[in-house]
Formats: sequence, C-alpha cells, structure tokens
Amino acid sequence: MSVSEWLSALLIAAGTGFFLAGSAGLLRFPDVFTRLHALTKADNVGLGLVVAGVALQTESAVTLVKLVLIWWLVLVSSATVCCLIAGAVLRHGRAPAAEEEAR
Amino acid sequence: MIPALDILLIVALLWLARQALVARDLFKGVVLFIAFGLLLALAWVRLRAPDIALAEAAIGSGLTGALFLSTLGRLRRMEREAGQAEPPPEDGRRGGWTGGFLTAAGTVLVTALLGWAVWALPAGAPGLGDAVQARLGESGVSHRVTAVLLNFRAYDTLLEVGVLLVAIVAVWAVARADFPFVTRNAEAGSVPPQQTALVNLLVPVMLVVAGYLLWIGATAPGGAFQAGAVLGGAGVLLLLSRPHWAVLPERRWMRTGLAAGLLVFLGVGLALVIAGRRLLEYPAGWAGALILLIEAAVTLSIGLTLTLLFLGGRPAAGDPAPTMTHTNQQP
Amino acid sequence: MSGFALGAAVLLLLTLVAGMVRVVRGPTAADRMLAAQLFGTTGVAVLLLLVLAGGGSVLLDVALVFALLAAVVGVAFARRGIAAPQPGRGGGHERE
Repeated sequence: MSVSEWLSALLIAAGTGFFLAGSAGLLRFPDVFTRLHALTKADNVGLGLVVAGVALQTESAVTLVKLVLIWWLVLVSSATVCCLIAGAVLRHGRAPAAEEEAR
Repeated sequence: MIPALDILLIVALLWLARQALVARDLFKGVVLFIAFGLLLALAWVRLRAPDIALAEAAIGSGLTGALFLSTLGRLRRMEREAGQAEPPPEDGRRGGWTGGFLTAAGTVLVTALLGWAVWALPAGAPGLGDAVQARLGESGVSHRVTAVLLNFRAYDTLLEVGVLLVAIVAVWAVARADFPFVTRNAEAGSVPPQQTALVNLLVPVMLVVAGYLLWIGATAPGGAFQAGAVLGGAGVLLLLSRPHWAVLPERRWMRTGLAAGLLVFLGVGLALVIAGRRLLEYPAGWAGALILLIEAAVTLSIGLTLTLLFLGGRPAAGDPAPTMTHTNQQP
Repeated sequence: MSGFALGAAVLLLLTLVAGMVRVVRGPTAADRMLAAQLFGTTGVAVLLLLVLAGGGSVLLDVALVFALLAAVVGVAFARRGIAAPQPGRGGGHERE
C-alpha cells in the first residue's frame, strides 16, 4: 500500500471509531437530548473523516466536488434537524435529564 | 467480507420489516418504513442496480415517508374530531394463533414461489440485455436503463406518468387540503429561524441536483423519476417552511403543471403518429432531444404531484377563506 | 484498499443497525426521529466506502440523494412528528 492509501485507511478507521462512539451514545445515553448530542456530533466528525479518506483516493475533480458537497449538506442539515427536534421536544414540555434531576 | 455485508443487510431488512409491520404506534411504523426503504436502497446498490437504489432512496423511502407523515397527521385529526382518543394499545401480537399461522403460511408460500421462479430461470441467460445493447446506438441515449424506459418501452413509462396523474386526481376528488399545523395555533405555525435558513440553503441545491439527475440520465443512472422526487422533496420543504404557501388557493398553473408530463409525452407520441410513424417511434437523430423534452416535462409534473400530494388534498378553491373557517371550528 | 473499505462499511452498517434498536425502542417520538439523522450520516458514509470498494462513482449520486432526502424527512419529522400533538398516539410520550 502507498502512503496515501495508509493515510486513507487511517482516516477511515478513525471515522469508523467516531461512528461507533455515536451509536454507543445513542444506545446508552439517558434521554433524547443527550442522544441527539451524541449522534449529531460524533457522526458528523466520523463522516468528515471518511470523506477525507475517500477523497485522498480520488483523481477526478468532479468526485472531489461531490464529496465536499455531500459532507457540507449532511453537516448543515443534520445540525439543523438536531436543533429542530430538540426545540420541538422542549416546546412540548420535556426538560433535559440533568434539569429533571436537579428539580 | 462481501458476504458479511450482504448477510447483515438481509438480516437487518427482515428485522426492520417485521418491526414496521407489528408496530401498533403508527408513527413508529412510519419511521421504520423509512429506515427500511433506505436500507433497501443499500441492498439495490449491492445488487448493482444504482438506478433503482436512487429511485428507492428518493421516492420509495424519502417522499413516501413524508406522505405517510402527512396521512398520519390527517388520521390523528380525524380521530380527535370523532372523539375517539382511546389510549394506544401496546406493541405486540395482534391476531393470536390463527392470524399468525395464516401470515406465516402465506409468507412461506410466496417465498417458495419466488424461489421457484428464480430457480426455473435458465442458467446464464442474458435476458434482454444483449438485445438492448445491440440497438443502444439508435436509442438517443447511452444509458441502457434510460434507453429502455424512454425509448424501447416508452409506453410503459407513459402509463406510469398517467398513473401519477390519476393518483392526484383521486386525492383531489376525495379530500380538501388540510394543513392545520400552519394555521391552527400560533406556536406550531411559527417556523423556527434555523429551519428557514436550512430550507433557503437546501432548496437551490436541490433544484440544481434535480437538473443534474435529469441531464445525467442520458448517460448514467438518473432520470425523470429521481429528479422529480428531488424536486418534490424541495416542494415538501417549502410547504413546511412557508406556511402561507400551504394555504394558497388552487390555481390554473397547478393543473397545467400536474398534467404537463403526460400531455407532452402524449403530444410527442401523437405528433409522431401524425407524421406517419408508430406511437413513440422516434425518428433517427431526434431521439435524444425528444427524450430530454419528455423527461423535463415529466420531472416537473412528478415534482409538483409529490408536493401537492403532501398537501393532502385539493387546495381551497378561489380564496383562502374556507381554510380559515375550517380551522376556526377546531378547539 | 477495497477489502479494507468493505470491512469498514460492514462495521458502519453494524452501528447503523445498533442505532435502529434505539429507533425501535423509542421511547419517545423524538428518539425515533433520530433515524433520519442516522441514515443521513451513517448511510452516506457506507455509500462512500462502497465507492472506494469499487462500487462506481454513481454511488456518489445515490449518497447525494440520501443526504438531501434525509434532510427532507428530518424536517418533516421535526415539524409533523411532534408538532401535531394529540392525546394518545405517536408523539404521546412528550406530553405525559
């Protein structure tokens, strides 16, 4: 394997690690807010690393542009949707777990 | 490694399908249906059918899911208006032993029949692939799937476009647009600013992607249905984010737009008949341009159809007043 | 490289399925909505890895459509899954 392939593999492995962490949080965290937090943040970093890993192996400019576009789209939309879901839950009277315990 | 991925996909698909079917909570069922569709798109990718994967991700899962959500909202309102707010039963077995046995027997029978059908196929038969490949040069496009859909078997596609038009006509016939979360109460009707910002970013990108999918369909997987679904997705986003658009009265351009795909398709077909050819038998050298024309019109119609289907019924006639009085009746 | 990418894709698919357990279990409607997020990121990552594993660059278009439609579904969930509250069904847990 060449240097760029090793680098790709490293990036993808790191990205997969973040996805694993995200899913672990999704399964183990106590309420919807913390689960949202785990999923959106960890998975977006994971996707960024995977995109970087795949991008290193591509020679075509079009592929590169598409990869960056995909990553940007997911980043923007998942951050916003996370925010929307949290807002909708809050409006309907569910407080985060930490606050409920404090009461 | 290859079997591991595919086996995992198969197991996950069967598990999700079962979960979606036994879910008593309808919202849960809808979410699982969407998840099932997206995994199914991955399965089509593994089967080297990216055209179907695109269609499944866009129409089969994404937009059908949005339509189910729209339907679910209407169901809830109908239940509430009928005063049948009984508590939802827990998830679990629905029909007891007889029902379970019948379902299992039916499933086994269908699976056996499908397996037998696959088994009975002659081994190594190329299907019609070679025949399509041989005439691909005359089709006006270089992607085989598009050549079949828009040229060799164009009348099938013509009828599919007709089915979509019939669907929206049927929905308009039985239901009025009912978009209560827009108007019913101020809190639910207000759109969070970050949603507006997201939609303002996404919709232009979606328009470009729809155009790209339409254009690339001539040489690679893509085409009118996928492009139309992306347009429809943009429409759904706009309806969810521009409350005043959702209560727009019915306009003539809506009907024109809905019918445009079928009209252009039929128009091209009939023009060719008048010119002394058979229905949709494109003249040499014109096929590519005619296919693009038809696909462009069909894309617009599919996008508009899916958007208006999400609305859940025929928009108010004339002026938005009926919608307002309707919402005033609600508690 | 392609073997490694496939292996990573299998791992990601496993995390996706593990995440689906949360969608099935709930307990609230908002927990189930995370499915859109899960597919928007993990599903796209699986597709990108399949590109690397020799699936062809057409899968990038599939990934693009995945990302866009996941956003549509996510917004629709957030707006309609909870925003039309009613005693009983679906989003019920938020108001208990």
